[in-house]
Amino acid sequence: MVHPDEVRHVARLARLALTPAEAEEAAGQLGRILEYVELLREVEDDDAAAPGPGSSSAASAPPAAVAPPAAPLRPDEPGEVLTREEALAPAPRTDGETFLVPPVLDGGDRS
Amino acid sequence: MRPALRPVPDLSRALANGELSAAALLDDCLDRIGTLDGVLNAMIHVDEKGARRAALAADRRFANGAPRGPLDGIPVILKDNIAAAGLPLTCGSRILGDYVPPRDAAVTARLRAAGAVILGKANLDEFGMGSSNEHSAFGAARNPHDPSHVPGGSSGGSCVAVAAGYAPLAFGTDTGGSVRLPASWCGVVGFKPTYGRVSRSGLVAFASSLDQIGPVARTVEGAALAFAAVRGHDPSDATSLPDPPGEKDAARNRGRKPVRGMRVGVIRGFLGAGVDAAVITRAEKAIAALARAGATVHDVELPHARYAIAAYYVIASAEASSNLARFDGVRYGRRAEDPASLEDLYVRTRTEGFGAEVRRRILLGTFALSAGYAPEYYGRASRVRDLIRRDFDDAFAGADVLVSPVAPTPAFPLGERVSDPLSMYLTDAMTIPASLAGLPAASVPMGAVGGLPVGLQILGPAGRDGRVLRVGAALEAELGPAAPPALTGASS
Repeated sequence: MVHPDEVRHVARLARLALTPAEAEEAAGQLGRILEYVELLREVEDDDAAAPGPGSSSAASAPPAAVAPPAAPLRPDEPGEVLTREEALAPAPRTDGETFLVPPVLDGGDRS
Repeated sequence: MRPALRPVPDLSRALANGELSAAALLDDCLDRIGTLDGVLNAMIHVDEKGARRAALAADRRFANGAPRGPLDGIPVILKDNIAAAGLPLTCGSRILGDYVPPRDAAVTARLRAAGAVILGKANLDEFGMGSSNEHSAFGAARNPHDPSHVPGGSSGGSCVAVAAGYAPLAFGTDTGGSVRLPASWCGVVGFKPTYGRVSRSGLVAFASSLDQIGPVARTVEGAALAFAAVRGHDPSDATSLPDPPGEKDAARNRGRKPVRGMRVGVIRGFLGAGVDAAVITRAEKAIAALARAGATVHDVELPHARYAIAAYYVIASAEASSNLARFDGVRYGRRAEDPASLEDLYVRTRTEGFGAEVRRRILLGTFALSAGYAPEYYGRASRVRDLIRRDFDDAFAGADVLVSPVAPTPAFPLGERVSDPLSMYLTDAMTIPASLAGLPAASVPMGAVGGLPVGLQILGPAGRDGRVLRVGAALEAELGPAAPPALTGASS
């Protein structure tokens, strides 16, 4: 149901590498899971269209969040922040001021 | 009974009246870990030094007649996706390397303020993804009632720890059943609060609209005391809710018959096809016990519950794929050696660092959110979620609490389902609906099947956590205390 090419595309989006064998296996597993998820098609679209008690806003609303629709905002004042030291302490590669990464331009990723 | 196996309220009294010292209690807990964890593998990190310091401070407070409250001096274990400053945080994964958080999670800070002794970090399915604690980079945890069986997951380590007497209290996280399921399979009490009532600040996110931190204890009262210590609004968590007005906790209702006249709705669809006959028998006995305590019982239906697993796996995986994008070898954790490019850094770090189940769910979630597929999968799953929420609203119009078994079977043997992801996912059929709806839910022991514990699930309307705990306490009182594991063959 899911072609290994689709799996490879999704893997690229997720920044994961798959060997050809893994792509085949993932396609099979994902396929079975997605077949199961096809169950959701049984739910009629107009079943969900009418807003019920407690649901927020109009028919074209995005999926409802669990938290109340209008979460209160806090005052726009700076609070406690991580110090630079705390932030850099776990860094795998750092120059003491920034996080270091391989070059992005000129010889970096073009794919 | 040795101190490490006594329930929290009992220990609080013993500490307060000087019968027991926090140091002696801690010693007994550490002894249990030393004796048993070679087999049970519930602990990823034990902080003996820090715990001894905290126990000493607690004993000083008791000597001065100024204890902080019911959790003062009580050893607590945290699932290893909850941050404790200065202790390694692994999430059961290789990808975090030797990461140590600089700050406590909100829950951890509140526990320390209450005087709790943070003993260490518990094993879990990687990033909370699993139902058996077999998907951990640190090896599977084992069920103390039968170490050839799984303890359940993803909070397996936390529940093993309480059942085996490593600590009287632990915290786990529940996204689709991950506190309730292992609690039921280990014979302890597990509680998932209403979504938003316990801060998620400092919890490594799996599925942000579903995750909740919850206590694991030997008795409902212990779980209630733990919940009281950590709940409440936290400004650093935007989904955090204040306590609803008039919410009472179970601890204040000892001695009454709190379920007299209460309407208990039995989710009849969860006591039928696909559920072990022996589990159904135990559930019906537990429900009869509630009736003896004065509750009225009737059947309810959740017409859209059959779609819950499918909706959940789409939503949870989608949210996880987004949340786990941050693990890229740049700011923390493991980093691939000698990356050829930035792309290579990301891909190899993630592929080498994440386990198979996590990679599978990231792929599923990315697929469900990708262009062309998002309305079909994520959109539809979210609408189904609304329908399930509405089913619960309808059921609660005529019931005060709902009940069902926690899982279709008792714990299965290690290795039985680990190669078949779909069969593993079906374990969560009965716990997932309450997660999707954000409702409070407890697992309370209701006996054993073939020597393996099983639990009754008690659900309440949003915000009625106290009511769920009161009904749990009433059930506990009727059924009597759950037997601790015999641990034959588990001593190393």
